[in-house]
Formats: sequence, structure tokens, C-alpha cells
Amino acid sequence: MLGYYLDLALRSLKHNKVLTTLMILALALGIGASITTLTVLRLLSGDPLPQKSARLFYPQIDPNPLDGYIAGQTKPASTMAYPDAMYLLHARKATRQAALALTQAKFMPQQAHAHPFFGDAVMTTADFFAMFDAPFQYGGGWTAADDESRAQLVVLASFLNDKLFGGANSVGQTVRLNDHDFRIVGVLKPWAPQPRFYTQSLGGRSYGDGEAAFLPLRTARAMKAGPQNIECYADVSDINNVETAPCMWLGFWVELGDSSAVAAYQAFVSGYARQQVALGRFQRSETALLDLMSWLREEEVVPDDVRLQAGLAFGFLLICVVNTVGLLLAKCLRRSREIGVRRALGATRREIFTQFMVEAAIVGLAGGLLGLGFAELGLFGIRHQPAQYATLAHLDLAMFFFNFVVALLASLIAGLLPAWRACVLAPAPQLKAA
Amino acid sequence: MQLRPILSSLRRHKLAAGLVILEIAVACAILCNAVFLIRDRLARMHVQTGVAENELVWVKTDGIDSDSAAPLVERNLLALRGLAGVKAVAVTQTLPLSNSSMNFNPTMDASGTKQGPNIAMFIGSPGYLQTLGVTLQDGRDFNDADFGGMNSWMPQSPSIIVTRALAERLWPGQKAVGQAFWIDKSRFNVIGVVDHLVRGELRGKASEYVAMFAARPSPMLSSLYALRVDPPARDRVVREATQLLVKLNSQMLISDKGTYAEMRADYFKQDTAMAWLLATVCVALLVVTALGIVGLTSFWVAQRRRQIGIRRAIGASRGDILRYFQTENFLIVTLGIVLGMLLAFALNLLLMTHYELPRLPLYYLPIGALALWLLGQLAVLGPALRAAAVPPVVATRSV
Repeated sequence: MLGYYLDLALRSLKHNKVLTTLMILALALGIGASITTLTVLRLLSGDPLPQKSARLFYPQIDPNPLDGYIAGQTKPASTMAYPDAMYLLHARKATRQAALALTQAKFMPQQAHAHPFFGDAVMTTADFFAMFDAPFQYGGGWTAADDESRAQLVVLASFLNDKLFGGANSVGQTVRLNDHDFRIVGVLKPWAPQPRFYTQSLGGRSYGDGEAAFLPLRTARAMKAGPQNIECYADVSDINNVETAPCMWLGFWVELGDSSAVAAYQAFVSGYARQQVALGRFQRSETALLDLMSWLREEEVVPDDVRLQAGLAFGFLLICVVNTVGLLLAKCLRRSREIGVRRALGATRREIFTQFMVEAAIVGLAGGLLGLGFAELGLFGIRHQPAQYATLAHLDLAMFFFNFVVALLASLIAGLLPAWRACVLAPAPQLKAA
Repeated sequence: MQLRPILSSLRRHKLAAGLVILEIAVACAILCNAVFLIRDRLARMHVQTGVAENELVWVKTDGIDSDSAAPLVERNLLALRGLAGVKAVAVTQTLPLSNSSMNFNPTMDASGTKQGPNIAMFIGSPGYLQTLGVTLQDGRDFNDADFGGMNSWMPQSPSIIVTRALAERLWPGQKAVGQAFWIDKSRFNVIGVVDHLVRGELRGKASEYVAMFAARPSPMLSSLYALRVDPPARDRVVREATQLLVKLNSQMLISDKGTYAEMRADYFKQDTAMAWLLATVCVALLVVTALGIVGLTSFWVAQRRRQIGIRRAIGASRGDILRYFQTENFLIVTLGIVLGMLLAFALNLLLMTHYELPRLPLYYLPIGALALWLLGQLAVLGPALRAAAVPPVVATRSV
């Protein structure tokens, strides 16, 4: 029976080529726009570390003055001052913990005549790599003891290792960084979680390539590497000494095994804040302990423009669907006589309904196929847009299938009304008119 | 034109007419808001930065890291001034819309109790007002004695020049020259007022809250070279200045360079891309809506061929038939617009809660309505002409 419906549908679609083309084209445009923007939205709001994000937490405290503080409403500061981060780091109350800041490092290639270049670097502590599941190609990270002794060690990103050493195992070699020699202890595999959760509030980019090098925090600071983002909560006379200045510039992450560990850590952090208030160093006792995905939402990492584009695309799809309903309806009413004849020859209402839905589905599939082309074209356009995430915009398998789901759903919803109208048509008047 | 027959025939096609009305309404709502968003972006991009945009070029380097290297910067400045077409040169710590801004909150009295607003700090070496091309409105420019050293990030010289916007914010109705504010107990005296100067990033009303400080080159003021040049020489000077700097300083790292026009375009590239995208969607929306109207009207014309023939046979002219379909379309589109305006306001309210957007101005509605009426009339013209061409003899055929 389905074969017969398919045959009928194809005949009817061929019968009025212009109308069919219009329907498919409009539907495809709507689907293409929606899939393009949805792909980008999904990409930007994705989970950067799916296997681990539920166990990673971002504790926050607040050394800001009371000015403008509303108890219970004001959110705690998004970064930490050095003494607080060091206290939490050395307390070792979590499975793993790391403090980090971003910096611009000047790299000097060893080759003669090669020009120095700038690169992003992360200043962090030993647990960073294990906590964030950063995969090593060669070697490994450094130890907590190296942190304390300010060892001049560095971990390179794979793209920097490619650039400086042609991708060879460079562990044990030295690299000149900010005019100091650092010994390479590890080289990462290509690694750039998207969105870059750990750079939030630290003055880095949210998407795109990862950082070029990873340095022990205290070593880097001893070499006068300046953090990318500094926020001060009191008057500062010496900005170069951010360890003692009343300034926040560090992100702090902890890994916690289970919910009881989370509750214990939460109590630990708020206890610390209350203690600091009692000592008179803090005025606000507000604290927070958000998991990775909540932190990304809190930081509003997805650009407003992208949400706006997605909303716009779905508005457009709505217009396209309404358009398709209208055109399908026109087609079906035009075929009143044919329906009358089929009904008179014994076709049931359900059969007429199915026949028209099959026709709508064919329009939907064709629209989906063409829409896929439009989506690829749209993503091609996005890749040439001036955005950090531009290079990431690719259609994945899930969106490929989702594309057809949207297309079929849209066309079937569009087909419902015309098909219902067709099947409730009384056969007798139509036959008489013929 | 008689409306009654049109209305009674529309009543018989409630569903199809309703669909067109719905399509027009949604299109109207999206169109009004999209055009409003485009206008909002374009307005942002029209900001007046206050600098001589057509004459400014810049080279960003890694700077120096010790005070002992400061004479090298002086030497570089002297060498750059010698390039053909260069009118003035200075090092500054930032430029308007460079996406880098050092901000501070001053106190408005010596005791430090009264906090002032967030202000951007511009620091430059001798001659930087002339290099940037900002125009002095009151008071005087920095003189040689005003340029001193830097204490960590703070210029030691107490002389500052503020923008008119900042002067009006801090000392409304008073003469700004002679006033002062404090940073960390250090007093800074206003010696001049400039017309316009925008900070490193736009911040609404606070975009022009800028104070200009004076300092000699130092590690904190050594990386960004600004050159004022003859407009036709811009690209050549960028190239030659870079080559000259690399030649003079073998270890220097040029991290970026360009004309000011490029820096400005770079700042707004996201807005430009978004405006283009919105415009594209608007056009696609109009095309799809028009196609929908063409499709449905064509169907109606085909369905009513016999009625049209009968009307023609009993005396209706071609013009009557044409006007019939045009009026019908006008009625449908009007209903769509009425519904669409309500939707447009609802959508605007929704957008206002999620984005920093002002209320949709009322004059968008008549413009949107006019556009959709025009679109409807254009779309209906083809099918209506085909209807008008139906010969009266059709009435006599079949049955």
C-alpha cells in the first residue's frame, strides 16, 4: 500500500513542479538556517570534559569591600587572591586541586635568525594535568615539590612542540621563555576542551586553540610573568607584586569524588570565609561551589549573538512551515475531484489521510536533503566569520540525523492540516461537479 | 470597490486566508525586530573616537623590561619621526577601541571617602595629543615639564587632561580646568579638556570617561607606537616603521600593526557580521513570504476561473478583476500586520528581558506595515494579472 501512496505522491508532486519546488525550497531554507545555528549553539554550550565535568568544582569566596553588598544576593568574586588560593591549595581538602592564571609568554626559538613570538601560557600547579585529564604524548607533569622549589620546568602543547621541535620527543630539552631557560618535562597530545572552561574570568578566550605552554605558577611569577586579568578590591600601590597586593587574579579548581565530599568542601570553604571575616580581612562571607557546567552557565560563556541567531532561525523555520501548510493545502484542495473519485471507489478516510501524509513526508525528506546543503553552506559561512569559535563549526553525525528529524517533523506537522481537510471532504459533491 | 463579495469569499476560505495572515504576522514581528537590531548595531558602529582616524597608524611591540632601556624607545621614536610622511610619533599605552583599557576609580577628595566613577587611563609620551589628533577644547596641552616617570603603573606627573564627557560627569556646570581628583592619596590636577576620546572598549555612557596622563617612555609605556601620517602614506609607513623597528632592535617582537581604520573595523567586525546576517535573514523572510502569497493566490485564481469568467461575461472589466485580487490581498495583509504588530511588541519585550535592548520605537510599525503592503501587492500582481486575463468565454464552457 505504501508503494502505491509513494507512487501517487510522486505523481502529484511532479504534476505541479513549480509549487513543489517552492515548498521544498522554502522548507530547506528554514531547516538549513535552523540546523546551522543549532550546530553552533550546541558546540558552544557543550560539555568540555564529559567524562569528568560532574566531579570538577569551582570554589568562590569574596574579599571585596562591603560597598554595594546585599547579603544573600551578591555573588562571590569570580577569581581569587593569591593568599586565599594558596591556603586552599595547601589545605589539600579535595582529591585534587589546582590554582591557575593565564599569561602572555615570549618564546625564543633556538635556531639562529628565528624571530621570537608571543604565545598564551597557563601558570598553574601540579594537579592541573591529572585533574583535567590532559593527555600526555611524551613525559608528564611536574610535582607539588617542583611547585614549591620553583623548578624551571615546562609542559608544551603539541602544536608548540611541532613548531619548535618538529613534533619529536623534546622531553629533557630546554626552551627559552621570557628570557629564561625552562626544561621540558612533558608534551601534551592535541588538547583544547571547548568551551575553555578553565580560562573563564582569567582574561583568556572561551573557544579556539588551546594554550601553548604550561608553567609552574610560582616559577612563572618569579620570572615576572604577569597575569592576563587582575581585579583589585582596594587601592594598589605596586601592581607588579600581585602576590601581596589586594588583587584577585587566580582561578581555583578542585576535584571532588562524591556528594559527601562536595558538602564537606562547601563547609570547609564557607568556614574559611567566616574565619577571614572574623579576622577582619574579609567583609563578605558569601561563598559558592559550582560544578563545571553550572560555572559555564554562570559565566554566560555562550555569546548572546548566537542565541539570538538561533531564535531568529527558528522564527524563520516557523514562517517556512506555515508557508508549506498553505501550499500543501492549496494542492490538496485542487485535487478535490481526485479525492472524491478515490473515496467513491472505496478508499477509506484513513487511506486518504495516509496518502497525503506520505506526500508531505516526501516534501520533508527532499527539504531535509536540500536543507543539509544549506546548513553546510551556512556553516561554511560561519567558519569565515570573525569569531573565536569559527574554526569549530562543523556538522557532526548527531546533527546530521537531527537535520532529517527536524525536516520530517516540520513537514508532517505542515501536512496534518491539509491531509485532514482532504480526508473529511465529502465525495458526492466533488463527483457531481466533475 | 465593493468589499462585500471579497469578505464573503474570504469567509469561505478561512483556513487558507488564516495561514497567510499568520505568515504575514510572524514575518512582520521578526522583520520589525530584526531591522531594529540592525539599526542598534549600526548606531554602535558610528561612534566618534576623537582621534584623527584617517591619519593614524600603529605598531605594537613587546616593549622594554627595564628602565635602563628607556633611551632605546626615545631613539626609536626619533628614527620613526624621520620616515617620509610621518607628522608626529609617540608611545601610548592604549588607543580608542583597541580592546585594551586600564581603568581606575578615583576619589573626589583628599581623604579618599568619596568614590568617583570608573575612568579609563590614557598615558602617552611627549607629543601624544598631537599624534592622536585629539582637539583641546579648554586649558592647555602638556608641556615638557609635565612628562615624568612612572611609579609601577601610575604616572608621577600630577597634570591630567580629561574629556568633556568626564568633566561634565565629575564637575557638572563648573569649569574643569583647575579641578582635581585623587588616586591612592596622590592628587591629579586638570590642566586641559579635550572634545572627544573613547576608551579601549565601548561602555555606553561611560565610553568617553577618559583621563589622559603624561609620562616619559618606561617599561610600562614602551610597547605601542602611534604615528600620525599623511593619509596616502599610511600603508607604506606601517611597512617601513615595522622594518625600521626590527632593524634597530634585533630582539624586538612585533605582535601586531596596522592603520587605525583597521583597528576600528576589527573592533566592530562581530557587529558587522551580525548586521549582515540579520539583513540576509530579513531578505530570505520576505522572499519566502512573497512566494507563499504567490502560491496561494495562484491556487485561488485557478479555483475561481469559472466565477471570474462569469463576472467578466456579465460586464466586469479586466481592471475590476485585477482590483478584486489586489483588494483581497490588501485586506489579508492588513489583518496580518495588525496581528504582527502585537507580536512584534511581544517579541521586543522578550528580547528586552534577555538582551540589553531598548524598546522598539513606534515609528518602526508604519514602516514595517508599508513594506509588507508593498510586498503583498507585488506578490499578488502576477496571479491577479493572470486572473484578469481569463476570457469571459470560460463561463460558457463545461456544465
